[in-house]
This record gives sequence, C-alpha cells and structure tokens, in this order.
Amino acid sequence: MSKILIIAEHGDGRLNQSTARCVSCALQIDGAGADVLVLGDDCATVAAEAASLQGVARVLSVQRPENAAPLAAVLAPQVAALAAGYSHVLGPSTTFGKDLMPRVAALLGVAQVSDLMAVEGPRRFRRPVYAGNAIVTVEVAEGRPVVATVRTASFKPSTAGGAASIESVGSAAALPGHSRFVELRRGGGGARPDLQTARVVVSGGRGVGSEANFTLLYQLADKIGAAVGASRAAVDAGYVPNDMQVGQTGKIIAPELYLAFGISGAIQHLTGIKDAGLIVAINKDPEASIFQAADIGLVGDLFEIIPALERALG
Amino acid sequence: MQKIMVCLKRVVDYNVRIRLRPDHSGVVSDGVKMSINPFDEIALEEALRLRERGLASEVFVVSIGPSDCQQQLRTGLAMGADRAVLVEEDGEVAPLTAARAFLKLVEREQPDLVLLGKQAIDDDCNQTGQMLAALWDRPQATFASKLEVNGGSATVTREVDAGLEVIEVELPAVVTADLRLNEPRYVKLPEIMKAKKKPLETLTLGGLGVEADTSLRTLAWNEPQERQKGVMVSDVPALVAALHDKGFFN
Ligand SMILES: Cc1cc2nc3c(=O)[nH]c(=O)nc-3n(C[C@H](O)[C@H](O)[C@H](O)COP(=O)(O)OP(=O)(O)OC[C@H]3O[C@@H](n4cnc5c(N)ncnc54)[C@H](O)[C@@H]3O)c2cc1C
Repeated sequence: MSKILIIAEHGDGRLNQSTARCVSCALQIDGAGADVLVLGDDCATVAAEAASLQGVARVLSVQRPENAAPLAAVLAPQVAALAAGYSHVLGPSTTFGKDLMPRVAALLGVAQVSDLMAVEGPRRFRRPVYAGNAIVTVEVAEGRPVVATVRTASFKPSTAGGAASIESVGSAAALPGHSRFVELRRGGGGARPDLQTARVVVSGGRGVGSEANFTLLYQLADKIGAAVGASRAAVDAGYVPNDMQVGQTGKIIAPELYLAFGISGAIQHLTGIKDAGLIVAINKDPEASIFQAADIGLVGDLFEIIPALERALG
Repeated sequence: MQKIMVCLKRVVDYNVRIRLRPDHSGVVSDGVKMSINPFDEIALEEALRLRERGLASEVFVVSIGPSDCQQQLRTGLAMGADRAVLVEEDGEVAPLTAARAFLKLVEREQPDLVLLGKQAIDDDCNQTGQMLAALWDRPQATFASKLEVNGGSATVTREVDAGLEVIEVELPAVVTADLRLNEPRYVKLPEIMKAKKKPLETLTLGGLGVEADTSLRTLAWNEPQERQKGVMVSDVPALVAALHDKGFFN
C-alpha cells in the first residue's frame, strides 16, 4: 500500500490547478488517494480548496510567515521533515515544483523522477527524455520514498466533491535565512485565460514579426476566449514576455485546441504541445515541419489569415 | 569574489535528431555530434562575463563522465575558463550522483558561486543544481535570466510560470541558467590552440569517495506515440469548416 503526500502549489491565495492534476496521478498510484501539504503564510482558503478535491484524504497546513513566498531553500526542509512515513512525495512539474522537489529529494537522499507522465505501477513510471523524442520506463528501488514531479499535461485535474479534513501542523525544521524574496513581476497574460489551463490557445512565433503585430493574436484570442502562447524565438525577440513561452524549456500545455501562427515546428516547441487535442498550423512555408505535427494545416500568410479567421468565427 | 565553478555536461548536440538503438537500450551515440549542454554553455558564459567585469578572479569548469568529456572541457577552456577538472566515470551518472561529486569539489575548492544549466537536454531532469544546493546547505536560484553580484550576495531574476521572480541570495550559492541569461560567445581558433595548454585534472568518482546512486533504474526505452497524420486545408472557410467538424466554435 502506498502513502502519498502532494505538495500544493498556490499563488494569490488560490490553489493552482497543477495540484488537482497531481491528485489524479496519485489516484493512479493508489486508489486510496493522497494527503496534500499546503505551505504558506495564510493557508486557510487554499487548504479548503485542496480539501474539496476528490481523492484527497487529508490536508496538512503549515502556516508560517517565512512561507509567504515559495523559496525552495525555505520550504524544502519543512517538506523533508513532514515526508517521514510517506512512500511517495509528489509535486507538479511547474517552475514551482521543479525548483522545490529536487531539493527535497536530495535532503531525503533519494533520486527524483522528473516529469512523471504515466503510472505503470506504484514504483514504475514513464517519463519523456530528449525533449520528448524518447520515453523511458523507470523504476524506483524498494525501501525508499519515491520523489517525483508530475507532468501536469498528462493528467486531468481531479474535480471537486471531496471533503477531506484539514489539520494545522507545526514545523520544527530550522529554516535558513540566506535567501530572500524580492518581488514577482507578472507576465503578459492579463485578463486572458491562463495558458496552462486554457481550452484553446492561440500561439505566435517569429513569423509574427513584432510586438505590435502580436495585437492580431490577442484580438483573435479575445474573440474566441483563448490564452496566448509563443515560441522561444518570439520571446527572445522581445515580442512577448517569457511566461508565454511554450516548449521544452517553457510551458508544457494540453489545450483542446492549439492554433500556431508563424511557428516553424522545432522539436523543442513541439514537445510543449504533444498532448494538445487538436493542433492547427498556419505557416507561409509549405515545407515547415510544424505541418508534420499538425492535425490541420493551412499554408498562407498569417497577416491575411488571422483577420479572415476572426471574421469567420465572430 | 574569488572563484566560480561551472559544471558542464557532455550531451548529444541539440541539432541532432536522436534515434533509439535497435535493441532499445538507449539512443544511438556512435558517430553522433556531442556538445556542451546548451544551458551549461550559458552558465559558463555568465561566469566569464563576471570575471571579465572584475567580479571574480578565477573560473574553472567541471564535468563528470567518460574520458571523451575532455573535448567539452577543452571547449570550455577555449571559451575562457582558467582550468578544468574531469571526474571520470563510464557508467550512467544520475543527478544525485553528480550533485554528490560536485559537493566534494565544492568542499575542496570553496567557490563563491556555482553556475550550471537549469537542465540537461538529454535526460531533461532539471535536478542537479537544486540537489547540490541542498547537500551543500546553501541558497539556490534556478532558471536565472539575470544575475547581479553585489559583494557577498547576488540578486537573481528567475523565469517562473507567473512571470519574473527576483530573489536575493547570500554567497556562496548555486545558480542555474535559463536560455535568456546571455548568448554564449563563439570560440576562435587561437583560443582553441591556447586551451590545449591549460590545466585539465582528472579524478574519479571512487577517488572522490562518491558512491553512484542506483535507486532509479531505467527499464525500457521507447519511441513516443506518433500523432495520426493530419490534413491540409486550402483556405480559411475550409479551416473553419474543419474546426466546426471537430466540435469547435459551433
Ligand atoms: C536548449 C533549447 C531549448 C529550447 N526550448 C524551446 C522552447 O521551450 N520553446 C520553443 O518554442 N523553442 C525552444 N527552442 C528554440 C527552437 O529550437 C526554435 O529555435 C524556435 O522554436 C523557433 O521559433 P519559431 O518557430 O517562432 O521561429 P522560426 O523557426 O524562425 O520560424 C518562423 C516561422 O514563421 C513562418 N512565417 C514567417 N512569416 C510568416 C507569415 N507572414 N505568415 C505565416 N508564417 C510565417 C516561417 O515560414 C517560419 O516557419 C529551444 C532551443 C534550444 C537549443
């Protein structure tokens, strides 16, 4: 039997959906579900949200002023101390989890399974390597905890309908004072749907040509209720902020519909959209490799196609 | 700041389309171009710029792996590192093993800053820097897109899902590089000649007293699932019809 602890991700007083996806993963490891650990300086709302997820057995909340910002060096010793007795410790494979979980694993003296994408057994998992160009099956040796980050695009979020208990737990872990949070500068999403959870994503590459031209994509996105993403080239060129990057080193997303404009289809980009339901590519180059990956392709100039599409869908 | 340690991993070059071995025991590496992991190259570039601005006096590069890693270390020396250390190991080196070996070197060398890539593009693990920071009990600043060193501390801008996070860490610390930290320089031929004369020390994992972590075993390698072949449409009305057909925007 497994005993699973999930480290909750949250921001602005809300539980991040990545946590609900970790719960689904945990349910595949053991149908009994998991405990969720919330670390923060004001955890009540987040803990209540976690407690309402199906598959959550118990919510543990550690409320300390030091936990106001998610500093891995501060959170890791608390997680490591509370991990005692658990067979699995899971976190999301978001920048939050990627930062924190390896630090936890090292404190526990164990390896980490990164980007867990499928469960084959309680200690046997599949994960992508080489930007998703190969998939390995790995097994964690018996007798030590499994520490893993969960590739959120591979698991549907667990839904509300649970009623877990919430326990406030103390943490005696000594916390370092060598790291200090200064500020968070928010990116470009604004009022649009969140890139990581949106049903529909409109994405632009170098072909869009400028920051000003990206307005075309924003307008289309607003018309159809989509989030906006981008390729690395578009971010590097300064057309859009970094948090809009999709791919191996950006966000890994699984929208129902992904519309790619002026993106060539480099493997590092494609690995970020492998789980999209439907991929539509618009590119003026008929040889662009994005057409190999797309479900629907249209050769043409994005500056003509986007306005036409907006009219047709409006 | 005195010393900066930079960790370089030898990986299949990012332009190579990888292929699985016929027996599915891993990827084909014979005759395949190998390079410094691109994120590590960015880490080295950052260290060199700090030294060139007079903020550090020495930059040394470290790699763990087979003796062929000397090639990547030589490239690092040609980029401008002062000396290199190779920890020779022919077997698989898990991130935890690498972190333990780097810790031994950190204890010996006492660097003020350790810079490395946020992930290696072969195993895509994104673990080693964080693990080293944990074992060393020092700060970590991962996914760095800007690094400013001011006396005994560093201010690091990190690329996180919500935007850009700024943190301040006391030195010594571990910083992992993201793509937008800088653009690495090209190596010029005279530098390559000069690099041949720079010192390269060879150690072994066993010699450092590090035991390889074997708690995670790879059982199988497989191709990713192929998507079904798509269709091409000729114009916007046909695209809209196809979208309607798939259940969108009806
Ligand atoms: C270690 C590493 C990690 C990386 N991680 C990522 C990542 O996470 N995400 C990512 O996206 N990339 C990543 N990359 C970069 C990747 O290799 C590509 O360079 C990048 O994705 C290219 O972006 P692009 O398709 O926008 O630009 P390009 O490759 O330049 O393609 C632009 C496309 O626009 C088309 N176009 C131009 N004008 C028009 C027009 N008017 N109408 C229609 N089409 C037009 C062109 O035909 C072309 O196909 C990474 C690279 C490395 C080395």
